[in-house]
Amino acid sequence: MSNSLFDRLGGDNAVNAAVDLFYRKVLTDERINHFFQGIDMDRQAAKQKAFLTMAFGGPNSYTGEDMRRGHAHLVARGLNDNHFDAVVENLGSTLSELGISDDLISEVAAICETTRDDVLCR
Amino acid sequence: MTKIQFENQSYSVKSGESVLDCLIREGVAVEYGCKSGGCQSCKMEVVSGVPTEQSQSGLDDSEKAQNYFLPCICMPEQDMEVARPGADAVNKLETEVLALTMLNHEVLRIRLQRPDNYDYFPGQFLNLYNPDGIGRAYSIASQAEESFLELHIRHVPNGKVSGWANTQLKAGDQVSISQAAGDCFYTPGNPEQPLLMIGTGTGLAPLFGILRDALRHNHRGEIHLYHGSSVIEGLYMVEEMRVMADEVENFFYYPCVGQDSVPKGIFSGRENQKALADRGDLSGWRVYLCGHEEMVTSTKEKTFLAGASLNDIYSDPFISVAA
Repeated sequence: MSNSLFDRLGGDNAVNAAVDLFYRKVLTDERINHFFQGIDMDRQAAKQKAFLTMAFGGPNSYTGEDMRRGHAHLVARGLNDNHFDAVVENLGSTLSELGISDDLISEVAAICETTRDDVLCR
Repeated sequence: MTKIQFENQSYSVKSGESVLDCLIREGVAVEYGCKSGGCQSCKMEVVSGVPTEQSQSGLDDSEKAQNYFLPCICMPEQDMEVARPGADAVNKLETEVLALTMLNHEVLRIRLQRPDNYDYFPGQFLNLYNPDGIGRAYSIASQAEESFLELHIRHVPNGKVSGWANTQLKAGDQVSISQAAGDCFYTPGNPEQPLLMIGTGTGLAPLFGILRDALRHNHRGEIHLYHGSSVIEGLYMVEEMRVMADEVENFFYYPCVGQDSVPKGIFSGRENQKALADRGDLSGWRVYLCGHEEMVTSTKEKTFLAGASLNDIYSDPFISVAA
């Protein structure tokens, strides 16, 4: 019987457990937190949840076009590969703190990787 | 076939279809984003009927208490009437002014007859309309069992509503108000959780409502309330709050003023800085932030970084409207 990555991570519960930890890391990471200043935290947290659900292989309907539209204003402000890497790194350390195995973290990172070009509008 | 009512129209939901998909198929203009329960941009309110459990799973307690749900992940099992969140807040009600009292040189306490069947949670806000129909939002400081609605209105220079309320309104007058709205209020269910309340100016009004609502629900965790003002004249109800802090074992009150020299019993410095310094790690705390917009926004981030879960931070920023 094959279980999806989302199920193996713990589904919605994993997303809920990760969102605070992940968002806190992002807000305190000097490399990327300037992109998050002055925005509504509740709306942002909802977006983070949608992102985590997607990265965990869960149900979502995001398209490459959505990713481009959602990040174009950040690319205009200089969003680049280093920032993308920093976000993936923060996600990895979040999952690590939650006791997720390195194998599963690699699978999550691989899903993130599929969005890189769209997020960076290339 | 299941039917949904929305803005006076009835729609039939197809088998396996979500409420959102049904509305979109019918050409109704509604906001939405991810269509999978994540972004919450399609959030609506159930007016009658019961939302599915799953459609409320990602919402916080105050949203559930207001019957909010996510139509994108709600496959209705029975007929429902739904509305945009806070849609009924625009319906005006007439009521009578019972009493007016100055709480300091600029804050007016106004008590209004509570209209029949007027439902609210202390800490929510309502719109008070002047005779020209211009409305401003004020938080509700009274309690569910009280027969009046209490508002604290700071006299804003040239304020269209606060100026009228401060200079022309008198007991016995009829005024228009809206239904109550907002998600900054007490939700029962975790009576041991410590509560941190931080407010500036008339941010005390919602906090006073929330505080007494928590005590009415026998909240047992510690409750720490920091009330601040730039000058000492801006504080109010100081004695009343002190008496409560003396009488209620788990309630602590800290009046703060942004001046160096302060009388005994008043703290010097910003209320949010003192609260964060005093309380330290906020893991497991529930936080209420009310008042000045900049204070609320910055303290929301700071309390979150200090360990409070975002779902446990309730805020009511007072957005000033150009007079």
